[in-house]
Amino acid sequence: MTFLQDAFMQRALVAAILIGITAPAVGIYLVQRRQAIMGDGIGHVALTGVALGFLTGTNPVWMAVLVSSAGAVAMELVRARGRTQGDIALAMLFYGGMSGGVLLIHLSPNGSNANLLSYLFGSITTVSQEDVVVIGILAAVVVAVTVGLRRQLFAVCQDEEFARVTGLPVRLLNIVLAVTAAVTVTVAMRVVGLLLVSALMVVPVAAAQQLTRGFAATMAFAVAIGLTVTTSGTVYTYYVDVPSGATIVVMAIGVFLAVTALAAPLAKRRARRSAAPVSEEAECTLEPSRSRSPEDDVRV
Amino acid sequence: MTALMPGPRAEQETSVEPTRNGSGEPVISLRGATASLGARRVLRGVDLGVERGEVVALLGANGSGKSTTVRAVVGQVPLSGGELSLFGTPYRRFRQWRRIGYVPQRTTAASGVPATVREVVSSGRLSRGRLRPLRRADRAAVDRALELVGLADRAKDSVNALSGGQHQRVLIARALAGEPELLIMDEPMAGVDLAGQQVLAGTLREEVAEGTTVLLVLHELGALEPLIDRAVVLRDGCVVHDGAPPPATGQHALPGHDHVHPHAPEEPIRTGLLT
Repeated sequence: MTFLQDAFMQRALVAAILIGITAPAVGIYLVQRRQAIMGDGIGHVALTGVALGFLTGTNPVWMAVLVSSAGAVAMELVRARGRTQGDIALAMLFYGGMSGGVLLIHLSPNGSNANLLSYLFGSITTVSQEDVVVIGILAAVVVAVTVGLRRQLFAVCQDEEFARVTGLPVRLLNIVLAVTAAVTVTVAMRVVGLLLVSALMVVPVAAAQQLTRGFAATMAFAVAIGLTVTTSGTVYTYYVDVPSGATIVVMAIGVFLAVTALAAPLAKRRARRSAAPVSEEAECTLEPSRSRSPEDDVRV
Repeated sequence: MTALMPGPRAEQETSVEPTRNGSGEPVISLRGATASLGARRVLRGVDLGVERGEVVALLGANGSGKSTTVRAVVGQVPLSGGELSLFGTPYRRFRQWRRIGYVPQRTTAASGVPATVREVVSSGRLSRGRLRPLRRADRAAVDRALELVGLADRAKDSVNALSGGQHQRVLIARALAGEPELLIMDEPMAGVDLAGQQVLAGTLREEVAEGTTVLLVLHELGALEPLIDRAVVLRDGCVVHDGAPPPATGQHALPGHDHVHPHAPEEPIRTGLLT
């Protein structure tokens, strides 16, 4: 436990814990809506914000929050307007954000590709005292939204049309979710990097949902996985000189694979148990009156 | 499940039709509604009135505009012309969504992340108290909705583990969780086997006995036939029949009827020619 005595390591661990909680907590809603890739898009746009921070001499984290929130709201508006050309519009946003970032960083006096790299792939050991404060505030907001509005966001991501008819402010909730996702991306970028942040939003959820039956349980399990990989990945980089972001994501994928291996026999057993009352007979027997079951309906 | 089957009491009450009708303003009043999806005019002047306590079925061939009509009633398809009022309030000023339970046309209640039956049904309770936490009364309403559709024992199961008919029952329970006065359902029987249809008919009968008004889109009357007070038949975005439910033969004779039914083969076959 010698690593706990270093101040930079303490800061890194606090940041890792906050990210381990927030990223899966937001990611679960994106996965629920089958928008798992949205975190990636926000990450690209956030890069322009970081570069803008360097260019204007302001804090890159706050600037990234602003720019990526604007980008996330734009993506949400494109999504809500309908599917037509929506993916093209999103692609424009992805590429525009990335190229804008690279362009702006070269225009800024004290920016270079080296600075950008630490944001692209994360470098937890350079997390400053100020960063920890900013990350702490933002993480508190993210947890308040994702846990406090769980039922509302669940309903909106589950069935948007139904949610609108219950009278929920669906558009507002969608924008709140988009901004929360953007905030999470910027919170996590110092640790896992903008290119890998989406992995931490998606992979723990993908792993958790193989063993769970409910949404709340999936959320809790995904956060537990997130916490485990971010903290253990951070500690690992204390002993071995490797980038924290890549380490954490590889660990997350490792957990995903382990859970998958574990879940397969479990799912098989569960399926066998639920199928048991139906298939009493060992083989299929053709019976004239029962040759077609209602499930055979192939209407589209 | 047998408890949900229509009892003699419910039978009696549904037949006392005149007392339930004709009291006060209509629950749904749609007049001269026109709507387009893209360049296609889907509704071309639809009139639809539903009185308190009525059970009205919207029938018609595929593409006749029945789904668009109910989606317009719940504000999910913008009207390009005509008037809509709900519970006597013009749509623009209508805010009492808690009075409406909506079952959209879906083949599944699942999404990208597992959810328990109870979690999905609970989201229907959001129509009452949108931002406050669940109270005891809310939990009781969710329990009741689950019991009504006969899924109380599956409450903690993942919706992914359910059959097609059970998915529909989850969606109906979700609408019932808000204890609505008006139930609007878009093809609730799609993909439901005969046993499931009878469970749903029993559920609906109990709701109707308590005075719930129902507007539902149906492909055919099926197991719900005895419950329907009135049928509105659409063709090419126009109302072509508004009155007594057409006999099953007439319904089957509608143009464009595709003769593919989610029926168990045990059901007596109605060809529309001899029966």
